[in-house]
Amino acid sequence: MNYVFQFNVVWDHLPELLEGALLTIQLSATAMALGLVVAVVCAYGKSAGPRPVRWLVPVIGLRLTANTAALVAMTVNLGAYASEIVRAGIEAIPHGQVEAARALGLKRLQIFRFIIIFPAVKTVYPALTSQFILLMLSSSVVSTISAVELTAITNSLASTTFRSFEFYFVATGLYLAMALGFRAGLSAIYWAVFQRSRAA
Amino acid sequence: MPLLALNSISKRFGAHQALEDVSLAIEPGEVVAIIGRSGSGKSTLLRCINGLERPDNGTVEFDGKAFEPTPRRLKALRREIGIVFQSYNLFPHLCVERNITLGPTAAKGIKLAAARELARKVLRMVDLEDKIAAYPQQLSGGQQQRVAIARALAMEPRLVLFDEITAALDPELIGEVVRVLDRLARDGMTMVLVTHEMGFARRSADTIVFMHQGRIWEKGLPAKLFGAPATAELASFIDAILSVDPSARRPVL
Amino acid sequence: MGRSFGTGEFLFLLRAIPSTLLLSLGALTGGAIVGLFVAILRIVPSRPLRWLATGYIELLQGTPVLMQLFVTYYGLAVLFKIQVDAWPAVLLAFSLYSGAFLGEIWRGSIEAIPRAQWEAAACLSLSFLKQLWYVILPQAGRISIPPTVGFAVQLIKNTSIAAIIGFVELTRAGQLMTNTTFKPMIVYPIVAALYFILCWPLSLVAQTLERRIDAALGIKQHF
Repeated sequence: MNYVFQFNVVWDHLPELLEGALLTIQLSATAMALGLVVAVVCAYGKSAGPRPVRWLVPVIGLRLTANTAALVAMTVNLGAYASEIVRAGIEAIPHGQVEAARALGLKRLQIFRFIIIFPAVKTVYPALTSQFILLMLSSSVVSTISAVELTAITNSLASTTFRSFEFYFVATGLYLAMALGFRAGLSAIYWAVFQRSRAA
Repeated sequence: MPLLALNSISKRFGAHQALEDVSLAIEPGEVVAIIGRSGSGKSTLLRCINGLERPDNGTVEFDGKAFEPTPRRLKALRREIGIVFQSYNLFPHLCVERNITLGPTAAKGIKLAAARELARKVLRMVDLEDKIAAYPQQLSGGQQQRVAIARALAMEPRLVLFDEITAALDPELIGEVVRVLDRLARDGMTMVLVTHEMGFARRSADTIVFMHQGRIWEKGLPAKLFGAPATAELASFIDAILSVDPSARRPVL
Repeated sequence: MGRSFGTGEFLFLLRAIPSTLLLSLGALTGGAIVGLFVAILRIVPSRPLRWLATGYIELLQGTPVLMQLFVTYYGLAVLFKIQVDAWPAVLLAFSLYSGAFLGEIWRGSIEAIPRAQWEAAACLSLSFLKQLWYVILPQAGRISIPPTVGFAVQLIKNTSIAAIIGFVELTRAGQLMTNTTFKPMIVYPIVAALYFILCWPLSLVAQTLERRIDAALGIKQHF
């Protein structure tokens, strides 16, 4: 093999790669937050309203920037998967809890907010975490619709410097770091939100 | 020379001392019943015999040879020492015949045809020859346990361990299993049983070992231990048992 | 502007389906071999071997498939000094990817088998490998079928990523058709529908299997 690895080229362009990573993180985090909201809403109103809401956006044909389009697509996609996960968590809540709350005179929305959604999300948190990390990883595909994030930047750098292997290798490392970082961050959130002992 | 000798076995699990300086010798053809309250260390002792538990101190000798718990030595040992578990542990994806022939064919290299003959023979010994093609899920608890006994016997071991094999059975199914145990004892099999079946212990055991708090508290003939317990612990244990199992009252003939 | 989308264009899409299926099948086969290996490595007594397997799984599950594809594609080009054909790179990348996920699924299935089964097999004087082969894997295999089929469905959809390096499968065919007809709103829904037709029967099979296995397990309550 007479190929000489030149990772120093990658090092020279590190700021651009890191900027790409930051864009990926921003994109994913926003999609996660929005997607979670969508998921909860969908899980709540699962009986109300038709399913095909997710088909609506492309049909409307809004002229969006590539990154916004990516965000919408990722949010909708995550919302779909996450709503199933959250719905499973909701169904795991014992009926007795809901009955007791109703007997105490709580309104439907209050019941949902205090009795249902909190324990439900806590139960399915691991599954949600996996889905979130999957989301962040699949953000690399939005490079195909010209959104600007890590993969897109890596692509352009690789094609201009012809050091494809080195760039993709490092980019893969960055994704791995982000995945581990997201996992740690989501664990911290779990601890902060669900583990702190709450005064009754 | 004893077939099996345990010398000063000790074992602890975390803070709990399960066994403390236990020594026991078992002669060929002897039937030893280990009795005691739960937590007295009976099962742990039994499991030290075939290597399922590793003692912290002391040695286990089979046929005069101490054994090191290497995989190869354990494999060889388990060809000679069989075990029947409380929850039978039959292989649910195999029919009764295959459950029984698996050990002889895969571990001892016996040809399948010979193993099937062996399977029929041991199933006859437990009165289940007609169930040879059934699957474990189709059998009652008592039948499954008898198949488990047959499976252990098919390896033609020199010693068989029984770990509270009737404890998980409905009362009306215990009798059929105990009948098999009586028969095996009569036929001269070397058996070590952890059991609550006092009737069987009085009837068929050569030696009773009463364990308490990880030690052997009393050991001896059934007539002596049941008739004239030397310690208060054994006396109160027998009282507690008798209130549930009057068959233990019957005198040994 | 552009060709109209007619039967010819539709057939072009259809002709790409075998590539998608072949790639999925190939990746599943390669992945099955890797996955079995990885699953067993995750449960052997040796800690370094376990860490190796865990590291492999973390690496492949913690990075995008697309990146894995690029690294494999360009990595192979580096190793063999030539422009590698798309097929070997794509097949290798997806096999390694599948191997990691299948390994995790199968390890979970193996660990679902009660300890008591291992003990019973060991006390019949069977070696570790024989215990695995005769007693554990047959039972674990049964449990693993629904999640494995579920992964197969995901894999078929994920092969669309190969389009990005120009591998011609269903999605790439869709891109090509869009480029000639300029009618993405016709082409892509059809492509999506075709994927659905490929995946939906598998999903149904997985659900039926899941129900059947639940029923069978209902007889014995060890799990």
